[in-house]
Amino acid sequence: MAGSDEQAIYDVAIIGAGPAGLTAAMYCARAGLSTALIESISPGGQLAQAEHLENYPGFTASNSGYELSEIMHEQAEHFGAQTIYDEVTDVDLASDPKVLTMAYGTSRAHAVIVATGARPAKLGLAHEDELKGSGVSYCATCDGNFFKGKDVCIVGGGDTAAADAIYLSRICSSIRIFVRRDELRATAIYHEKLKKLPNVEIVWNTVVKQLVEADGAVTGVKVQDVKTQDERIIPLSAVFVAIGTTPNTEFLDGKLHLDQTGHILTDEMMRTNVPGVFAAGDVRTKALRQVTTGVGDGANAADAAADYLLQLQG
Amino acid sequence: MSEVISSKDFQAKVMDADKPVLVDFFATWCGPCKRLAPVLDEVAQEVAGKAYVYKVDIDQSPDLAASFRVNSVPTLILFEDGAVKNKVLGAVPKQQLMGMFS
Repeated sequence: MAGSDEQAIYDVAIIGAGPAGLTAAMYCARAGLSTALIESISPGGQLAQAEHLENYPGFTASNSGYELSEIMHEQAEHFGAQTIYDEVTDVDLASDPKVLTMAYGTSRAHAVIVATGARPAKLGLAHEDELKGSGVSYCATCDGNFFKGKDVCIVGGGDTAAADAIYLSRICSSIRIFVRRDELRATAIYHEKLKKLPNVEIVWNTVVKQLVEADGAVTGVKVQDVKTQDERIIPLSAVFVAIGTTPNTEFLDGKLHLDQTGHILTDEMMRTNVPGVFAAGDVRTKALRQVTTGVGDGANAADAAADYLLQLQG
Repeated sequence: MSEVISSKDFQAKVMDADKPVLVDFFATWCGPCKRLAPVLDEVAQEVAGKAYVYKVDIDQSPDLAASFRVNSVPTLILFEDGAVKNKVLGAVPKQQLMGMFS
């Protein structure tokens, strides 16, 4: 495992080794820039949770997200990117070099690409944290198998919720999908697939108001019909939460301009409001958060960083 | 890589251990478990001599997963003197795993 070189000043430091960060690292390294890729766990990001990838060009549904991230990482290191396994806790982006304070060291670089991604958003209900791992889950592919033959629900109406429902339909007895609106945001291909699954029921205009528990585990949910305001309790064993994501931007401590939901604001070339600092992937404000768009962001951010470094030298 | 233990070793290696034991309940099909594996190995090196680190494959040892109410992978449980001392869910950074020991 590569450690950090305290003395070195890298051309570019990339924070986060999900699809965006891995791609940025590959492009930077391949362009001849000295590149540090800083990752707090190990490569993959949210991509590691994907059971299959159906919509990443060139890869078929037989490839898992984790496998793809492993290949991307090998590719980045092949071109010379250096991986540092540490967690960035504080940043000084105003100086040159920019200084990244980590749990176990410090990294310095002339340009920084923030690709820290996002994590699943919470429902914001009482006892949600205590019940995580005891019936509340944010990763259907991680936890679905613990609810074999059980009645479960999914909260959310996007692609993640739909993919989770398809995955869980093979494991669980019944799956209710609680959707706040009267339509799915999920891509059209999922609508037909969901309709064909006999054990999946979409419950429209419905929000979860309360987690019902007994002996420290989920035993049901109290839901409300948002049109009639009627509430009812539905007994079930697990709640899979797929209501979107929360960006990992807390460590920036307001040093970059963020939107109202905490995502980093950039221009088309991934430039933030601070010169030499770029953002790529799910962490930034954009319409479509996919592996494909993260990869595209990573390439653009690397290109913009290379431009910035040229100007810095000039 | 940290040793994978099963039900037959669990009493001796974990419950009766003379030092704290960190156990990673994982599954072979779980992406976040794979992401955590190298972090766990680093922690194992760092705590060597002061604590033990083992892994339990929840499909090979469903009885162990059930008795410690593991309903999510990865789940990390720190045992001390045969009792559960601390628990962390999900793939987390090294600092957070090290924090389990203090």
